[in-house]
Amino acid sequence: MVGPNGAGKTTVMKAILGMINLTGGSVIFKGEDVTSLPPQSRVVRGMAMVPQNHNVFTSLSIEENLEMGAYLRKDDYSASLEQVFSLFPVLREKRTQVAGELSGGQRQQLAVGRALMTQPDLLMLDEPTAGVSPIVMNEIFDQVLRIRDQGIGILIVEQNARQALSIADVGYVLVNGKNRHTAKGYELLNNPDVRQSFLG
Amino acid sequence: MAYLTDVANAFLWLFNFLILPATTYGSTLALGALGVTLVFGILRFANFAHGDMMAFGTMISLIGVEFLNWLGIFTYPIPAGILFLPVAIILTALLAITLDRTVYRYYRSIKSPPVVMLMASIGVMFLLNGLIRLIKGPELQIFNARRIFPANKIDTVELIERFGDRAVQTKTDFVTQEKVVQVTEPEFVFFTVHDFKQATGLSEGFGLDLIQVLTVAFAVTLFIALYWFLMRTRLGKGMRAFSDNEDLALLSGIDPRRIVTWMWLITGALAAIAGTIYGLDKGYKPFTYFQMVLPIFAATIVGGIGKPQGAIVGGYLVAFSEIMITANYKKVANYLLPENWEVEGNLQLLGTEYKFSVSFLLLVIVLLLRPSGIFRGKVI
Amino acid sequence: MNRRVVIVFGSLLALITLTGFMQSWSIALSLLTVGLISSVIALGLNIQWGYAGLFNAGVMAFSAIGAIACVLVSMPWVTDVMLAGLASLQTDADKNQQAIDLLQQDISGRLEAERHLAWAWVIGCATGLLAIIVNRILKVLVTPRSRRLLVTAVLGVGLVIFRSSFDPATAVIESTGFGDNSKYLGGLGLPIIIAWIAGGALAALTAWVIGRIALGLRSDYLAIATLGISEIVIALLKNENWLTRGTLNVTGLPSPVPTAKMLQDPPYLFSISSSLIVNSVLFISIIAVFLLFFLWLAHRALHSPWGRMMRAIRDNEETANAMGKDIVMRHRQVFILGCFLLGVGGAMLATHVLQFEPSSYHPLRYTFLVWVMVIVGGSGNNLGSIAGGILIWFAWIQAEPAAAWVFQLVGDGFFLEGSPVRDLLEIRAPQMRTLLMGVILLLVLRFAPRGILPETLQHK
Repeated sequence: MVGPNGAGKTTVMKAILGMINLTGGSVIFKGEDVTSLPPQSRVVRGMAMVPQNHNVFTSLSIEENLEMGAYLRKDDYSASLEQVFSLFPVLREKRTQVAGELSGGQRQQLAVGRALMTQPDLLMLDEPTAGVSPIVMNEIFDQVLRIRDQGIGILIVEQNARQALSIADVGYVLVNGKNRHTAKGYELLNNPDVRQSFLG
Repeated sequence: MAYLTDVANAFLWLFNFLILPATTYGSTLALGALGVTLVFGILRFANFAHGDMMAFGTMISLIGVEFLNWLGIFTYPIPAGILFLPVAIILTALLAITLDRTVYRYYRSIKSPPVVMLMASIGVMFLLNGLIRLIKGPELQIFNARRIFPANKIDTVELIERFGDRAVQTKTDFVTQEKVVQVTEPEFVFFTVHDFKQATGLSEGFGLDLIQVLTVAFAVTLFIALYWFLMRTRLGKGMRAFSDNEDLALLSGIDPRRIVTWMWLITGALAAIAGTIYGLDKGYKPFTYFQMVLPIFAATIVGGIGKPQGAIVGGYLVAFSEIMITANYKKVANYLLPENWEVEGNLQLLGTEYKFSVSFLLLVIVLLLRPSGIFRGKVI
Repeated sequence: MNRRVVIVFGSLLALITLTGFMQSWSIALSLLTVGLISSVIALGLNIQWGYAGLFNAGVMAFSAIGAIACVLVSMPWVTDVMLAGLASLQTDADKNQQAIDLLQQDISGRLEAERHLAWAWVIGCATGLLAIIVNRILKVLVTPRSRRLLVTAVLGVGLVIFRSSFDPATAVIESTGFGDNSKYLGGLGLPIIIAWIAGGALAALTAWVIGRIALGLRSDYLAIATLGISEIVIALLKNENWLTRGTLNVTGLPSPVPTAKMLQDPPYLFSISSSLIVNSVLFISIIAVFLLFFLWLAHRALHSPWGRMMRAIRDNEETANAMGKDIVMRHRQVFILGCFLLGVGGAMLATHVLQFEPSSYHPLRYTFLVWVMVIVGGSGNNLGSIAGGILIWFAWIQAEPAAAWVFQLVGDGFFLEGSPVRDLLEIRAPQMRTLLMGVILLLVLRFAPRGILPETLQHK
């Protein structure tokens, strides 16, 4: 989901998760109408979100943060833990460190890791590359693709429209609260309207 | 060689009048601060009614003890208050949860600012204040009060054997002219100051009784138990996560209602235990618990809001400061200084009337210099 | 809205009148007196909370400061009383020379002690100033650690010198005197109304000091800080006997109107019950004048540009900050103004009972009850504070006889005379007050949070 500032991208994401009440329309997830359910119930059904800010428990260790992701799971989550560590090796290194001591990029990885521990079917990322250097941004998009390859659906809200659309299977362009274009990523990249508006 | 005796005496004076009382008082403050810091951390408001919750728990224990005594049951050497503690814990925890359901939960649901929750806790404070005094009265009552029994209902010989003859006295009731037995259940003492002095020949000494030992034992046990709960159990970690970042905790599927319910249970239990143990030592007077709110808050903030380890350290820090700054060091100085430097007047920094002022001063210093406290808790 | 005001105050008038008929007029007037004084205090708190959102949990201290001002301004200077007593003893026909000599000794001892005390305070202030200067100078010269050590050393030495003069001087003062005027310094002997203003000023000054320390803090913290400060102030008032007589209390404060006793003597010659009523009415008139004046001031302030700005800050601090308004300074202004009223109210209270009793200051009665008044009355609404003051005071006092009456009914219905439960209920009736206040506060907070006279202007 891309679009200019204030278009409503984060609002859509929060509405999908149920943190904001809908004034109209509905949210259908895996064939079920979840519009009236609170966020916790949607999390149980397989939705996970990584907010833009305050997305880790700063006073808990990395390992504990990941455990919180697995809070609702009744099964043995050590396999998931392994997956997260192989996706983000630096987390394994620092697993007993307190999350507050991590760098911005590491926190971001931890935040995504925590969300992955819930074994989601839909992973929502709110501006994951905000404020990071281009190298880190590429790493993040790499990891996004690897997660996608594991069969998890990913919804990204992004400012860096060009890069995001280049890895997107489907892109939505939001302008003034409305969805203006829906198409495959590279199609949008080549769409003159979209390019003019804000691909720069 | 004689100087070594002086040093020993000085140390013993410090131990008896400073270290021992500060440790027991600090244990109470630490337990109280733990309850307050939990509420601060998880519900993010200052619970002014905590002192009265402690009084409530103590009152229940006291009622239980009086009931046992009325039946003629004496549990010496075990303080009966301890036996009744489970009842007090359950009832206080229930009280805490009831208060949450009827008062605080509403304000959470409409997302009231912390100041409104504080005002609600003031209303609860008034309510508990009145309720407690209505049930048991505002005056000082001690746990081992005198009981009077008709002489034929009590086995005097057995009681004298257990308690010693100073505790059991046979009198004549001048109204009915019947023989009655007055029983004052004593506290169990390991040794008195007098015993110590006799045994060692020193001029200073200290005594040790069961309540003091129990205070520290209970405190340490609870610290360890709480630590284990918060660091090793799923619910405990969930509580810490909830306290750290509420939105993210909700996103992780942590159920806020469970967290809050368990928090009140724990807070209520801590309040009952802290209050009862303090009451066994110093007696039950509702106003004392109300007054303790201030040093407890000082301990919480000094240690860092939302940090249990801060509450514990803060509790002892405040206790030791209060007692150290208002102690009269005349005797210590006289022991340690050479003969012709004898101190005549008092060597007190502040009078004992200013004890509570000390905790407040400590609080102000922390708020000005390092508001997040020692363990860098929330600055809310 | 105006209709509501009329209904509320009409009802209050009706309550008071009913009390007059059913119990007695002196009780009714006494209720009205303290109710109006409480309104002054509630008005002060309302200015702080309603205008600026400041949570002052130390109301008790400022009232007590106002009260001690009555002592310091209006009571006679003890040494002067002793000198007058000496003069009358010396002119006495059958004088006791021994008594005269003792008195003379005491007087000269006191005069010397007063000098020492003055010196002690000079030294104390000088030390303080020196510490500040040293702190400033050393800021650039030495490391922070050594600077703090040196400043502490200066303060320590100063403290020792101070105590060496202070302790013996106060010991003398606390042990000498003439009758009721004994064991403390005394006051300036000025009229009591001046004491009221002085009380307000003293409270305002204290507020300035405290404001510098505590006002940057968020509401929760401010509440705790002010609660602690009030404890310290009360501790000082209870223990610095040389200034306040401590727990011995100061009785015999002068009254601004003829007392009941005076009214019974010539030339007035009222009956006992009438004298009480006349005295009350006169006193109430004076309070009412003050109250109306403060109300008018508060109303003007609220509707002035200053008042609008204060409320803007209260409702949206971030924006106001961004607009460059110095929030902390504005808060300090409001805090000081509110505390001025708290001080005047406290002075009025002391004058009403004609004594100063530091150990009677209990946070529940003198701080938190005022909070109930403000909230039930309607926070942010000045008339609401007045209504709240009168209503809650009425409820606080009448709760006890009402509870006793209810308990008696219950007792009559269920328990026999002399049964322990019945006795217990009788004894415990006073506790219903606090219970009732708790219930009132909780009910109002929940179901009528804006109070009986809500704030009339737009707010969040």
